[in-house]
Amino acid sequence: MEILQLLLSGLANGCVYGLVALGFVLIYKATEAVNFAQGDFMMLGAFVMVGLVNPQFMGLNFWLAVPIALIIMAVLGYLLDLTVLRFMFGQSQTAVVILTIALGFVIRFIAGLIWGHEPLNLHSPLRLGDVRLGDVVLSMADIAVIVVTLLMTVLLWQFFQRTKLGLAMQAASQNQMAAYYMGIPVKRVQGAVWALAGAVACVAGILYASKGTLDISSGFIGIKAFAAAVIGGFGSLPGALMGGLIVGVIEPFAARFLPSGYSQLAAYSLLILVLIFRPHGLFAQVRTKKV
Amino acid sequence: MRFHFKTSYDQDIRLFPDGWTFSLYAALLVLMLVMPWLISDFYLGEMTNVLIWAVAGLGLMLLTGQTGQVSLGHSAFMALGCYLCVNFIEMGLPFLAAFLLAGVVTGIIGGIIAIPALRLHGVYLAIFTLALAILADDMIVILEPWTGGVNGYFAPEIWIFGVEVNRWVNPSAWYYLALGTSIFVALLYRNLLRSPLGRAFAAVRDSEISAQAMGVDVARTKTLAFGLSCAFAGLGGALMGLFAGAFNNETFNFLIAIQLLMMIIIGGLGFIHGAFLGAIVIAFLPQFLSILTDQMGSSSIPGLEVGVFGMILIAFILFEPMGLYGRWLKIRTWLELFPFARRDMFRRQKTYLKTERLR
Amino acid sequence: MSLLTLENVTLKFGGVTAVNNLSMSVNEGEVFALVGPNGAGKSTVFNMISRFYTPVRGSITFDGQDLLKLRPHEVPKLGIARTFQNIELFERATVLQNLLVGRHRHRKTTLVEELFFAGRARAEERAHRHAVEEVIDFLDLQPYRDKMIAGLPYGVRKVVELARALATKPRLLLLDEPASGLSVEETQDMRWWIDDIRRQMGITVLMVEHDMGLVGKVCDRVLALADGAELAHGTPAEVQSHPAVIEAYLGTAAISKTANAKGERV
Repeated sequence: MEILQLLLSGLANGCVYGLVALGFVLIYKATEAVNFAQGDFMMLGAFVMVGLVNPQFMGLNFWLAVPIALIIMAVLGYLLDLTVLRFMFGQSQTAVVILTIALGFVIRFIAGLIWGHEPLNLHSPLRLGDVRLGDVVLSMADIAVIVVTLLMTVLLWQFFQRTKLGLAMQAASQNQMAAYYMGIPVKRVQGAVWALAGAVACVAGILYASKGTLDISSGFIGIKAFAAAVIGGFGSLPGALMGGLIVGVIEPFAARFLPSGYSQLAAYSLLILVLIFRPHGLFAQVRTKKV
Repeated sequence: MRFHFKTSYDQDIRLFPDGWTFSLYAALLVLMLVMPWLISDFYLGEMTNVLIWAVAGLGLMLLTGQTGQVSLGHSAFMALGCYLCVNFIEMGLPFLAAFLLAGVVTGIIGGIIAIPALRLHGVYLAIFTLALAILADDMIVILEPWTGGVNGYFAPEIWIFGVEVNRWVNPSAWYYLALGTSIFVALLYRNLLRSPLGRAFAAVRDSEISAQAMGVDVARTKTLAFGLSCAFAGLGGALMGLFAGAFNNETFNFLIAIQLLMMIIIGGLGFIHGAFLGAIVIAFLPQFLSILTDQMGSSSIPGLEVGVFGMILIAFILFEPMGLYGRWLKIRTWLELFPFARRDMFRRQKTYLKTERLR
Repeated sequence: MSLLTLENVTLKFGGVTAVNNLSMSVNEGEVFALVGPNGAGKSTVFNMISRFYTPVRGSITFDGQDLLKLRPHEVPKLGIARTFQNIELFERATVLQNLLVGRHRHRKTTLVEELFFAGRARAEERAHRHAVEEVIDFLDLQPYRDKMIAGLPYGVRKVVELARALATKPRLLLLDEPASGLSVEETQDMRWWIDDIRRQMGITVLMVEHDMGLVGKVCDRVLALADGAELAHGTPAEVQSHPAVIEAYLGTAAISKTANAKGERV
């Protein structure tokens, strides 16, 4: 029973990683850029929600606040693309990586200015109530996380496979000039992706904040989520989710069965092993350059 | 504008292209040497800090600026260099021997770690090294007998040829140690640039495929670059820990590695000068900001340094990707050509991103 | 005497056969051309010689040595240099530095010597620069010596690629479309250079080229490829008038017309 309990709570944690990882992959698939600030986006999304819902701030109804927060984050994502990332158009991937790391620093600083450095709790209805299945106890938040994550993965996956915009996004990432020639408004498409990534980050943030406390360093789980995305295979949406779940499940087991101190090593050791033996994750996507 | 009429290959090979440049750097060296008489002990300490950051920065510059491999994990190798150094001193080695040996061993270990990482490109290498830095943090805690764990380690006394190098007793000795190390490392770096290996680094950075076609063993070259880079970072880390007086896993947090990377970008990727200029920014920014907040009468704002640092970096990536040194080169060219410099002489070519990704 | 020999070489990418049972041999001192329509597998042959690709069957030998046992960076050490179809220069380096990378196969100094610039390092460096300077003189690159590649026009880049390959002091030079994208004058220059490379330097040249005018003027022998297999080989004139070649380029209907216009150059 303990195993099952560990597994389920691991899955719930893993889903949060998976959601942040989805944000990474989303931007990567559509713009070939890697957004290291995705974790901080999530943190920001959570804080926006706290600002809307918590009584010491605006005290709105939770369900009313959700769409508002999503819209705010989507707009922020779009504006970020408009003001900063659009200037990186055509620049190398690593330049964007470093830029987004710096962006994360700035977001953390601004969040600290607005909401302070004390840990906060989101007043979320998901906090109330546990569900008992035999001996296994799951909080409502855990269940919500799992359901929402699965839903989001399927939606985004369908979006990329089926919709015109999704296909345009993929095309724009692979060859910007050719995409231009085919009449795809590459820059506007990129803006749309960043808006989408902002909204996804916000969902992840709301769920994260519903599960536990929130402070400005919460964004650092972005690193773990990034590790998850790489483990799953960067550029694959289901892969990102799988990677997130793997990392999420490994952690509670490592904490339970490994001596203390060693348990933190588990996720990153796995990442390093994957990178050494399956450099492109579980679903390889890159082949060597043609000359 | 100076013209070089070249009559021998040595003019391209030697360290300074002409007498004028040589005298400029000689003057700079003299200025650096008399620095302890010019500024207060506090600012001398800050200068020492600048030089230490520059040593570590040169290490990362060799890897990122020269070879084009991004590392977000150099804090791990700085930590390694530091702990190796103090452990060698504990074993009874004299400081200088322990210090240099720590650099060499860090380089070798770094080179070995690089071997599996060689196949990784760009972002994958970045996340690999970032994971190394995070793991190193935990490893320091686990390997308590050698590292002192969370409680940390108090730097042993340092003696060089009978002179005690102590930050509080004689700060100028520390300053000279850092100055000597940074000049030493910069000289090695410069030597590499005028040798086949340094050019092989640049070749790997710009086109792996054609480097191979020219007989450059890409895997070996990357290993060497990583190893050398780690060796320099190790020296920088050893100085950083010892200068701090006491250090633990937090001293070599992964954020240090990220700051190191940001520093060399602000300074100017691919230039030795860039490491020093970046180090000046990173070491003096906190001072500058605290003076500024004092002036404005507000209390200190937590996280301000990191936030401002991030904004500076964003500004540089957007508007001056070649960093401070690149900006200086442009100003210099503009002055030399005055009044013939054209506006768009330095305009970046429009580029489009294209990948080899299949899906 | 045969310098480079390919025997029954077959290469497949997944289900596609890029090169099919190809045999050819390049003699010491000659200029040999591979021609054929796009996608015929010409560059693929180069990439196999450079060891970027490994054939599924067949053998490639250079001067009696089995190339298939080597890794890509070991090939130039034997004295095989190449250029690339889509110029692959080191963009953020000067022309001089690019050529000096070409000297890499002659590197004798060790890491420690280079770090301290001690021992042989200085003398070696002078020797490298001397060798590179000869190539610069040969190809008239003096005005561009200290220019960054990133700012150079296409025609100059093409020459720098050739220069970098020559800086390795090769025995066999692989030129992948040396004249593509060049102006008429530049193509003329290229023609004289290829002649001189063969005559003065005694370097064997294997090239891929579409410009039949250039091929006809500089090449001793030509091999026409289509769909990865040999169509015809012989002197440029023989290959140009070979019915299979004309068919591959122009379609069957063209054969009768050419038969009528015999004697004229295609």
